[in-house]
Amino acid sequence: MSVSIQDVTKHYAKGGRTVVALDRTSLFIEDGEFVSIVGPSGCGKSTLLMIMAGLVQPTEGIVTVNGRKVNGPFPELGIVFQQDALLPWRSVLANVLLQAKVRKLGERQLEGRARELLAMVGLDGFEHMYPHELSGGMRQRVSICRALLHKPTLLLMDEPFGALDALTRDQLNVDLQRICLELGVTTVFVTHSIEEAVFLSDRMVIMSPRPSTVKEILSINLPRARKLTVRATPEFNAYSREAILVFERVGVLHDAEATTAA
Amino acid sequence: MLSTPLKRADLGHYRRKMRSFSRRVEFPYSIAVLVVVGVFWEFMTRWGHVSPIILPRPTAIISDLIIHWHLFLSQAGMTLLEIVIGFLTSMAVAIPLAMLLGASRTVERMLYPIIVGSQTVPVVSIAPILLAWFGFGLKPKVIVVVLITFFPIMMNAFAGMRAMSEQVHNLARSMGASRFQLFWHFQLPGALPNIFSGMKIATTLSVVGAVVAEFVGSDSGLGYEIMVAGSNLDLAHQFAAVSVLTVMGLTLFAIMSRLEKVCLPWHISVRSAHNSR
Repeated sequence: MSVSIQDVTKHYAKGGRTVVALDRTSLFIEDGEFVSIVGPSGCGKSTLLMIMAGLVQPTEGIVTVNGRKVNGPFPELGIVFQQDALLPWRSVLANVLLQAKVRKLGERQLEGRARELLAMVGLDGFEHMYPHELSGGMRQRVSICRALLHKPTLLLMDEPFGALDALTRDQLNVDLQRICLELGVTTVFVTHSIEEAVFLSDRMVIMSPRPSTVKEILSINLPRARKLTVRATPEFNAYSREAILVFERVGVLHDAEATTAA
Repeated sequence: MLSTPLKRADLGHYRRKMRSFSRRVEFPYSIAVLVVVGVFWEFMTRWGHVSPIILPRPTAIISDLIIHWHLFLSQAGMTLLEIVIGFLTSMAVAIPLAMLLGASRTVERMLYPIIVGSQTVPVVSIAPILLAWFGFGLKPKVIVVVLITFFPIMMNAFAGMRAMSEQVHNLARSMGASRFQLFWHFQLPGALPNIFSGMKIATTLSVVGAVVAEFVGSDSGLGYEIMVAGSNLDLAHQFAAVSVLTVMGLTLFAIMSRLEKVCLPWHISVRSAHNSR
């Protein structure tokens, strides 16, 4: 599923002032691509994601998915939020099946798929546990399964691993890569970790601070499936370096000399 | 493959067992405190300088309870009837109203100020008016119970409806949830903990409401019993009636807590602190 974002601008009214969250942002995402959006906090990258989902209306500009204009949430969409957003009164399996229930796809028919997805993220045997009995990483795995249950062709992820510890995050990066390769789902992944973005992406979109727009797009040409050790290779580091230099240019990062001079 | 998860489940079961055990052993502590206070009280009234007309002995209260148990039982039944009818009516009005307020900002703007404003009227002060309108029977007592329990149930339920996070709302929308689905699958279950805490507060208030209404005018119920015993300077009988009321309030509260545990096993107020990871 391809996504086209054309000159999207988003204004917010905040305390009587107009804040420009996004300024004439354009981006094209190809079918089956893994694209990550990286940028400083408050740069509107989550807003961009919500606009792609149809959950937020842009002030100006058009988003089309497979050529169709996005006016609201569409059925081919799966979202993973920053917090897991699991419903605490539902068991793991019931949380995943909620997607089927609300979309009226038949919980019975999709139970098999739900179990398969859970097994895919290493949660077989946990189907009947409740969210409060799971760790943060496990909860986020469940929410990934929930987002994938109805076979979406577009997966949107809003800083899904931001609240997890570094090691859990590494593991989930590996697992996510495997799942995306297996399912061939188009994925847009918002993060503020350069390392995570380089590791996961086919292309990495770098956003400037507010009023933000696309500053640079890096194509990451590292062979799949990538192993965690790829992060110690010169090629990987060259991409990270490039991303850091872009952030320095737009004033998000300041290197040691610059700070001592200032 | 399955052995690890199964072990985990067993562990959870074991933990739950341990918790219910620790709850059981906590209970006798408070009983022990009550017994100590009771014994001290008995000593003070027997050998201290406290007149039994001012403060009856615990033994006198207990013997009064035993002698008049039949009377207490029927009067308690009357009061309980008022409470139960009043409480259920209150729930039937307050919870749907909270849903309505939670569903629509317009309805909220229209009714919320009126509901909050109405709470500045002390319910107790309008009990005599209700008596004038509805006479000595069951009705005015039930109405006082409704009025006194309505607010905590409504406000807590409303707060629960509004507590749904934006993220959960977005999740529901991304699934294409209808307004009803949003309410039924996301908002209402999420509000249940608040609804229960409102009902728990309301149970204790409902006893107060029923007794006050009986004070104002009635010919039966535990409140009536207290009034009559007061005019006869029979403090032991009054204390006995008060203790019956206390037991009734406690029982109602315990039933509500039990119900909460059954309905919300997942909620933090039900899970014990050391179970969280």
